[in-house]
Amino acid sequence: MSASLDRGLNAFREQIDAPVAAFFSSCVHCGLCAEACLFYTETNDPTLTPIHKLEPLRRVWKQEYTFWGRYARAFGLTRPVTDEELTDWETLVYDSCTMCGRCSMVCPVGNDIAYMIRKMREGMAAAGHAPPDLVGATQRAVTIGSPMGVKLPALQAQIRHAEEELGFSIPVDVEGADYMLLLSSMEIMNFPEFISAIARIFKHANVSWTISSEAFEATNSGIQIGVSDIAAELVERIVAAAGKLKVKSVISPECGHAYMAIRWEGPNLIGRPYDFKVVHILELLEQLREEGRLRTTGKETQRLTYHDPCQISRRGGVVQQPRNLLNMVAEDFVEMPETGTMNWCCGAGGGVSSNERADDLRLKAFNRKKKQLDAIHPDAIVSACSNCRIHLEDGLEEYGMDMPVLSLTETIAEYLAGSEQAGSKE
Amino acid sequence: MSEAELLLWVRGPALQIATAIFLLGVVVRLAEILMLGRKKDLAEARGSAVAGGLRTIFSRFVPDRGTLQRSTFNVVAGYIFHIGFFVVLFLFTPHILLFQDVLNVSWPSLPTPMVDATTIVTIIALLAVLAHRLQNPVMRFLSGFQDYLVWLVTILPLVTGYLAFHRIGAVPPPTLIAIHILSVELLMVIFPFTKLMHAFTFFMARYYNGAISGYRGVNS
Repeated sequence: MSASLDRGLNAFREQIDAPVAAFFSSCVHCGLCAEACLFYTETNDPTLTPIHKLEPLRRVWKQEYTFWGRYARAFGLTRPVTDEELTDWETLVYDSCTMCGRCSMVCPVGNDIAYMIRKMREGMAAAGHAPPDLVGATQRAVTIGSPMGVKLPALQAQIRHAEEELGFSIPVDVEGADYMLLLSSMEIMNFPEFISAIARIFKHANVSWTISSEAFEATNSGIQIGVSDIAAELVERIVAAAGKLKVKSVISPECGHAYMAIRWEGPNLIGRPYDFKVVHILELLEQLREEGRLRTTGKETQRLTYHDPCQISRRGGVVQQPRNLLNMVAEDFVEMPETGTMNWCCGAGGGVSSNERADDLRLKAFNRKKKQLDAIHPDAIVSACSNCRIHLEDGLEEYGMDMPVLSLTETIAEYLAGSEQAGSKE
Repeated sequence: MSEAELLLWVRGPALQIATAIFLLGVVVRLAEILMLGRKKDLAEARGSAVAGGLRTIFSRFVPDRGTLQRSTFNVVAGYIFHIGFFVVLFLFTPHILLFQDVLNVSWPSLPTPMVDATTIVTIIALLAVLAHRLQNPVMRFLSGFQDYLVWLVTILPLVTGYLAFHRIGAVPPPTLIAIHILSVELLMVIFPFTKLMHAFTFFMARYYNGAISGYRGVNS
């Protein structure tokens, strides 16, 4: 057995816990998970059935963690997992799964398949079977601080840009602020309007906030590729910066997996609870709305729909907030069929968008989103994840659909009441 | 071995052995799951894991609308054969008498003609489920030897019970009964080593699923 396979199988063993054992014990091969997965429904390829993507992990569980399996193994009646099989499974685990967790909502015996895919990736990465593009992104995250290679000067340039437009300064490294804002590289590079939108809203609502020059990156390649040590290191950087600036809360921006990483996985990765709170930007905006600190004027007349980023809604629990916020600024807000926690993934989460090898498949899977959109014909899509937004734009273009994709935070900022508004919507 | 001796052995020592393997096997399997444990979640909770877990145990009995539409046959046939199996197992007078004999508890039974009809419906549902498994690309792809074995040991008690009750076949009635009981014993012996375990572990699986989501404030 090669050393890397050994490392991978050991990582599998470390990941197997009572839920995993209960899930594998309960599967009856009914196949319902396939119909819940956009990679299956848009390809009709049975190998893309969610539970099948876990086969090597299941075999390790069966051979080493069940009474019968251990005996069968002792008598040489079972086939150990091989390196070749892990090679074969690499595309199933990384290219054709976004860990969106829709299958976990549908499984009749209650298997949380996405929970297990996340665990399986730990073994795949340890065995050297992670996609090269994800390895590169993870290396950049560790050495440069951003999976896209975005450095502090780039952020500073975007901040200066925003300040010129806004006419007031954006707080950086302000000790004792209430909130520390994180940003995703995509927001910094592709959607810098997000920074000025936040600045306008926070000035309007009188929120005490800051950006840290030492830890501004919200994304976490470690949880996508499945290397907990690296994921923990990236979380530690944020924890250290939050401690240094003595902030009460850290804001997770419009990015799905960043929220999963910092809000839900973070404390478990570093092995201790935080001494600050983590809020998603939509949670904070909803809180400001409830407190009467977020006031808007006018409404968008276009027909809008909301695309739930999986890690924010189904896997993260921020479901109602975006709807309340949208209703505040949209006259004609319509839901897609199967929405909220049952929404269909855009097809690019969980590292799929960083994995060029999966490009054709993710665009094929986007047909699912097209069907959802075709049912309601919106004028524009609003979402709260820059990764979803980029892929939605990509998919719409691929399918010849003309529909803008908007950020919820930026849409709110457009309708802010009072003098902070930069546009001329009033 | 005479007919009477066979029946006595099947109802006596064989049943005791099968029951022992079944009970011990199930306890070992459940214990080896629970003993693996699960790390405490250090993230600040938004909702209750326990409440979420308990909710999902029940809420997962109802399929979501999309699944019902896309997999109507799977859901409906699955429900029919599960309910049918339980009705025949637990609401047939002779079965209740046996439970009363062994466990000293009793409950009302269904009229025998109704159980009889349920048996037929359940057998048809199981045949349909097998046909579906062989014809559906996903299910055929997922299925291995165990899936077909489990199907066989599930349908055998229904078929043999029906034949025994109606005294159909070339063998004398006591032998038919003996064969029926043997088929049940086969089911019990195979149970702990196969996916039949889902009858117990699905409570755990649903609980964990609901708890993971409930902790984050999601109803799964």
